[in-house]
Amino acid sequence: MRGSGLAVTSALVVDGGLALLIIGLAVWITAARTAYGAAVGFMAYGLLLALVWVRLSAVDVALTEAALGTGLTGLLLVGAAARLAPYEAAESARAPGLGLRVLIGSLCAAVAAGLAAVVLLLPEPAPTLAPLVDANLPPTGVGNPVTGVLMAHRAIDTLLETVVLVPALIGVWSLAADGDWRGRPGSLPALPSSGPLTLLAQVLPPFGILVGAHLVWIGADDPGGKFQGAAVLAAMWVLVLVAGLRRPPLVTSRTPRLLLILGPLVFIAIGTAGIWLAGDFLAYPVGWAKPLILTIEAALTLSVAVVLGLLVAGPPVVDDPGPKARR
Amino acid sequence: MSLLLDLYTIVLVTLGALFFLAGTVGLLRFPDTLTRLHALTKADNLGLGLVVLGLLPQVSSPLGWIGLIAVWLLALLSGATVGQLLAGAVRPTDWQRLGPRDAGEWTGRD
Repeated sequence: MRGSGLAVTSALVVDGGLALLIIGLAVWITAARTAYGAAVGFMAYGLLLALVWVRLSAVDVALTEAALGTGLTGLLLVGAAARLAPYEAAESARAPGLGLRVLIGSLCAAVAAGLAAVVLLLPEPAPTLAPLVDANLPPTGVGNPVTGVLMAHRAIDTLLETVVLVPALIGVWSLAADGDWRGRPGSLPALPSSGPLTLLAQVLPPFGILVGAHLVWIGADDPGGKFQGAAVLAAMWVLVLVAGLRRPPLVTSRTPRLLLILGPLVFIAIGTAGIWLAGDFLAYPVGWAKPLILTIEAALTLSVAVVLGLLVAGPPVVDDPGPKARR
Repeated sequence: MSLLLDLYTIVLVTLGALFFLAGTVGLLRFPDTLTRLHALTKADNLGLGLVVLGLLPQVSSPLGWIGLIAVWLLALLSGATVGQLLAGAVRPTDWQRLGPRDAGEWTGRD
C-alpha cells in the first residue's frame, strides 16, 4: 500500500511539475521580445507537450507532436523568424494599442476557459467511442487502434489530411517570383562545409531511414505510422541537403512531383476500387484490409516525406550563375 | 539479485541525473558560448550514458538493449556534431591569429 501511495505521489509531482513548466513556458513565449526567441521557446514547449501525451498513454500523438508539431513546425517558424528579423523593430513599433491588446487577451482567455470547462464538465464516465473502435478493430487486421481509426474507420479524414499537404506546398512555391520557377528550393541555410557536418550527413541517414521505415511498419500494431516515419525520412533528406552532399531537386523536374502525388493517388485509387469491391468509397474488401492499408501507408510515407522536405526547403530560387554559385 | 540490479539502476540513473543538473547549471551560469557548450555536451554524453547504463538491467530483451545503446550512440554523434557547428559559428575568425585570450568571444575569465 505504501509503495503504491508513493508511486501515486511521485506521479502527481511529475505531472504537476510538467503542467507548471508548460504554463510557465507558454507565458514566456507570449512575453518573448523577439519572434526568434518565441520560436525557440515554442520548440521546447512542443517537446514538453509530447511528454504530456506520453503520460496520457497517447504515444502516437506524442510521436507526431515531437516530429511534426515540434521538429518540422519549429524549423519552419525559426526560419520565418530569421527571415523577418530585419523588419521586426518596425513591426513592433506599430503594435496594436492597449485596448486592442486587452481585447485580444481576454478573448484568448475566454477560449481557454471554455475549453477547460468543456473538459472539466464532461459527464462521468466521459462519452467515448473507444469500445466501439475496439470491437470493430479485428476486421481491419491492424492491431493499433489509432491506425485502425485513421486508415479504416475515418479514412476520409486521413485522405484529406494527406491531400492538403500538396496545396500547402503549392502555397510555399507560389511565393517565388516568376523568374525563379526554373530554380531549386533555396531556403535552406548554405552552411560552410565542415568535416563534422559532412560526417553526420553520411553516417546518420542509414539509421534514420531504418528508423523511419520501422515507424511506418510497426504503425500497424504499435504506436507509429506514416506521418512519424515520413518526418524522420524528411529530416534525413534535409540533413543531406544542408550538409551540401546533394542539391534540392528542380521544382520543374518530374520525379519529385510524381512522388508528391503518388500517395494520394494510391489512396484514392484503392478507395475508389472499394466502391465496386466492397460497396463503398474507401471501404476495403473483406480479408484485404491489412495489405491494402499497408500499401497505402507505404505510398503515403514517400509522398509525405517528399512534401515535408520540400516545405522546409522553401520556395524556388534561381542560383546565381558563375563561380559565386551556391555550393 | 533483482534488488541488487534495482539498486544499481537507482545509483546510475541518479548519477546521470546529477550530470544533467550540473550541465544545466553550467549552461545557465558559464560566461560564454564555448564553456556553455562544454557543459551541455557533458550532460548529454555522460548523463545520458549513465542513465542508459543504469536502465540496461531493467530491459529483458537483447533488442531493447541494442535500442537503448543506439539511442545513446546517436545522441553522442549528433551532440558532437552540433557542438562543433555551434563552436565554429561563434569562434571569431581571428582566433588562430590572436589566440583565444584576445579574441572577441572570450569575455569571461582572465
